[in-house]
Order: sequence, then C-alpha cells, then structure tokens
Amino acid sequence: MMEGLMSEQMYIADKDYRVPSGCGVSGIMNEAGERFSGEAIMCSIALMRERSNGLGGGFAAYGIYPDLADYYAFHLMYETDEAKRQTDEYLRAYYTIMHDEPIPTRKIKVISQSPLLWRYFLKPREDVLAKNPRLSEQDLVVQTAMYISGKIKDALVASSGKNMGIFKGVGFPEDIGEFYRLEEYRGYIWTAHGRFPTNSVAWWGGAHPFGLLDWSVVHNGEISSYGINRRYLQNFNYSCSFFTDTEVITYLFDLLIRKHELPFEIVAKILAAPLWADIERMPEEEKEFYQSLRIVYGSALLNGPFGVIVANSQTMLGLNDRLKLRPLVAARWGDFIYIASEESAIRQICPQPDRVWMPRAGEPILGRMRRNNLAKDPLSQEATAEVFEAGREEEGL
Amino acid sequence: MNAAKVVNINAQGIYYRELNESIHQAVRNGQKEIILEQVNGQRYIADGLSGKDVKITIHGTAGNDLAAFMDGPTIEIFGNAQDGIGNTMNAGKIIVHGDAGDIVGHSMRGGKIFIQGNVGYRVGIHMKAYQDLYPVIIVGGCAQDYLGEYMAGGLIIVLGMNNNGSWPIVGDYCGTGMHGGVMYIRGEVKDFQLGKEVKIFELDSKDKKNLELYVREYAQDFSLNAEEIIKERFFKLIPYTHRPYGKLYAY
Repeated sequence: MMEGLMSEQMYIADKDYRVPSGCGVSGIMNEAGERFSGEAIMCSIALMRERSNGLGGGFAAYGIYPDLADYYAFHLMYETDEAKRQTDEYLRAYYTIMHDEPIPTRKIKVISQSPLLWRYFLKPREDVLAKNPRLSEQDLVVQTAMYISGKIKDALVASSGKNMGIFKGVGFPEDIGEFYRLEEYRGYIWTAHGRFPTNSVAWWGGAHPFGLLDWSVVHNGEISSYGINRRYLQNFNYSCSFFTDTEVITYLFDLLIRKHELPFEIVAKILAAPLWADIERMPEEEKEFYQSLRIVYGSALLNGPFGVIVANSQTMLGLNDRLKLRPLVAARWGDFIYIASEESAIRQICPQPDRVWMPRAGEPILGRMRRNNLAKDPLSQEATAEVFEAGREEEGL
Repeated sequence: MNAAKVVNINAQGIYYRELNESIHQAVRNGQKEIILEQVNGQRYIADGLSGKDVKITIHGTAGNDLAAFMDGPTIEIFGNAQDGIGNTMNAGKIIVHGDAGDIVGHSMRGGKIFIQGNVGYRVGIHMKAYQDLYPVIIVGGCAQDYLGEYMAGGLIIVLGMNNNGSWPIVGDYCGTGMHGGVMYIRGEVKDFQLGKEVKIFELDSKDKKNLELYVREYAQDFSLNAEEIIKERFFKLIPYTHRPYGKLYAY
C-alpha cells in the first residue's frame, strides 16, 4: 500500500527512530514436545500476507538443535567482515566455541541482499565464571548479547538461547522462511511475524522476533509506555539498543520471570494490568494484591495497543493489551495450541480444532510443556520449578 | 448472457482480490445466487456490492471487513466471521451461523447483522440511523466490552443464549459515548458495566413490539423458537443525553 511513497531518502531506519507497526503474528506449540517442520508456521503466517508489507518477517523455533542442546546457540547478523572479526574475538574471551558455521540459506529471487548470517554454539568458559562467582551463566549470555548488539558496530545478536534460534530479515515472512530453509528444521514451538512498519525503512536487525537467552517475542501494535518501560529496565542493567517496542517486552519478561521468578499469570497482570476501576470492585484480598502489583510494578505496565506472542523453551504465551485494541485468536487441537492474529491463519494448518476462542483483553493464553516431558528434555534442570507448578488453567470464553 | 441459476466458487487457496473479482463479475453477469466453498480468511468479500436480490452463501471462515459498504445483498455464513464485518454497511443482511470477531457493524448505516454465537469487542461502534435507514445487530450469545461505543442510532439486541451463566451477557464500558439508538439486553446489566452516557430502562409497549419484530425474524433465520427467546426479561439501554460532550466542548 505504501510502496509508492516509501523511499530510503525520505525515511530513517527504525534503529534511529522507534516504530509503531500493524502486523500479523502466529504461534504453534506442541505441549507434548513433539517436534514438527517449519512448514506449518510458514503456511500460517503466509495466509495473513495482507498484514505485512514485505518490510520484515521472521520466525523463532524451539527444539531445532537437539545435538547441540547444551550450548548457547548464538545467531549473528554482520554487515561487515570487521564486525565478525571483532565479535569472534570477543566471544573467545568468554566462551569456548564448540561449533560455528554460516546459517544455511538458499538464493531466492525476492531477497537480493542479506547481512552475513552466522551461528555459534557456545560454552561459557569455566575460568570466566570462576572469576565472577556472582555472575550466572545466563547473566553472562545477557551481557554478551547486549555488548555485541550495542557496542560492536555492524554486529547484531538475533538470538542467544539453547536449542532454539531466530531467523529474520527484510521481506515477506514466507519468503524469509524459504530463504532460511525453515522446512528443513523441526521444532516443538514455532512463532512468526509479518511486519507492516508504518513510518520507517526496514532493516534486518529490526525485524521480529526479538530474542534474548531463550526468549522470543513477536508483536503487533505499539507500546506507548516505551520511555517509562525503558527507564525502568535501565535500573536492572538492560540497555535498549534496538529502540523497538519488542525489545522492551522481551527484557520485561526476562526480568519478571527469570530474575524475579514470577509466574506467567502474574506477569500478564503486570504488563496488561486490570484498570483501577476493576480493582476497586474486587474482593478485599484480591484487591490488595492487585493494588500492590500495580504499585510495585507500575513502570512495567505496557500501555497502548498490542497483541504479542512470547515464548521460551517451556512456554508459549499470547497476550492482548487491556483494552483489546489488537486481534488475537487461540485454538487447541490435541497436544497443539495455536495463537494467531486471525482465525483463518490457524484453520489453514488445523482445519478442525477442538476449540477456537477469542481471549479477553489482558487474559493470557498459555501453552506449556507437559511436566512428564520435562524429564526427557535436556533443558529440564534449568526450568524454574514454580512456573510449572501451577496447573493448566482453563482459558476464557 | 445465459447464466446458470447458481454460481459455485471453490475459494480454497484463491487470493482475496481474485475471489472478490469473481463475485463482482458474477453479479455483473446477472447472477443472483453465489455459493462460496472453502473460504478461509479472504478479506473484503462482497464489499461495495449492490443488488437487493443477490444472495451469497459462504462455507468456511469469512475474513476481515466482509460486506463493507455493502448495499442490498444477503450473505449467509456457515462458519465464524473474523473482525469488522458489515463495516459502514448500507443495506442488506449478514447471517452468521457461528461467532464473529471485533467491531461487527462498525459505522453501520443500514441493514441487518444476525449472529448466532458470541461477538468480540466494540460491536456496533458508531452505528447510525437516518430517516428510513435503520441498522440492526442481533447477537445470539454474549458481547465483550465497549458494545455500542459512540453509537448514534439503530438497534443492538443481545440474547445471551447458550451461556451457562459464567459469563456476563455484555462486557464493561457498554454504550460508552453512546448518544443515539437503543440496545435491548436479555438479562441483567450492572450499572458499573455501563458507559457514563447510558441508563437502564424497562421496555415499554413500543419497545416490546420492536423487539418482537426483529427477534421473530432472527428466530426464523436460525430455526429457533421466538416465544422462548422473548419470554425472558429484557432491559433497555439508551443514552440519557443526545449531546454527551456538549458540556465539554460547547460554551
């Protein structure tokens, strides 16, 4: 729609200017941990082509590197060889590089140029961790990702979790998927994003999903509380170098769930908090709880219209803003849970789900790896227990 | 043109532009009945389409902005409808044998939208009526928040059927900014659920006649018993001022 109006001269990249966007999102999870090809998610997001404009698409995939599942998989985007040289040097100072290689791609007509795409499988060095007893492995990975994306010119970390990866770029999502040969991967969670940026040129690093550790976020909408959220996160040493809404959402999840060890249900009520008028009508105990939540975590509230799908290696969560200003539909079919901007994007890959519903504003849709499958999963030891204690709740209407 | 009586189109995998062009072409050729099979999310079906005697039947999931600016035809959907159906619709009828998404009947100016199941947020936002143009939305199930937001005219009926009582019949902020038109709700609505501009009233005899007229038509479309529906207690929601913002902006 805007192609005729867009020109690189007129607009600045969104790394220099924050961008609201209207987009399409889709996510599929198999809660039994069965892995399936990337074809399904490509098919789903492709159906919502009208929600993208070819200026950004991407995928997050979980369970794709089972043979290297013990190592942090770093997906890197380089604009120059020098950026790779500096990054390699930096990584070697903190990690043993167990394996590294170019991310396999195929030549396709519609994607004429891409950055240098490289993946590393990293093991934090014992001596580094021994020297910094207060630094956890995961904190080290966060620091590394922030340093490379923020300080090394022309280098960006697309993802940095174990047994997962983010594949993204400038193009329609189905083309990006074809470019990265995603049908050749098998994962148990897949999320996808088709981008429709409305006031800037697109760039590879600015595409969704955004990732940190094993977090990935795809997002449709605009976070008008960006400035408050960003300042809040800075207090906890998160530096927002991408200047995107998706980045602050990712860091908020990392802070509230990994660091503060809150369950997803509570985090949903912090990010999409009930309105004060609703809290006022709650029974006394509940009222006190929600009041405290809003007071303690007021700066983590996400304002503005959004529909997001957040995932980590054990969970997929869909969440709308509290006034329901963006669409999200959910469905269940056997062990599968689906979340998408449109019902048709689900039915395209699952024509007859057991149940389809539109979640209420601020009500999280949660897909969780089943407990009995955790033992088989190489990541089980790292799973924070309390997140999985809570039984699976029945979703809304 | 020697046209067959019914045109069947299999929409599977067909891009929305091509599908809609086929529909418009069929109507231009004088076709009166079109059946679309395997629809899945195609947008803008029957947008701007005219012709009182045109009937379109859809099997599948109807995409966003179905029947926007439509002026006359009848659309019957066997499946769910996504967001924004009947956007700025002028005349005609949409019958949905399933649920519908957000902003059903956005800025609707005339015609009818009958939905068997539940609907999403902001249904009937900015509906309006003028002279003999009188838009009507009937929801068989429940509606979410902001029902009839900024409503300026027309009628919304919510029946709350197939609800086990665990769900409020309408969401919160119902009728926020409403300054015209009327809603009939089949069941209790609490004061806190209402926008500041709306008040709850009993139905008078004129309301009852109006309600019965449309519920009978609805019951017929979905093969339901109209008496069973009407015998329950309804409440009327109307704005108590026609100029809700008069005090704010006028001086």
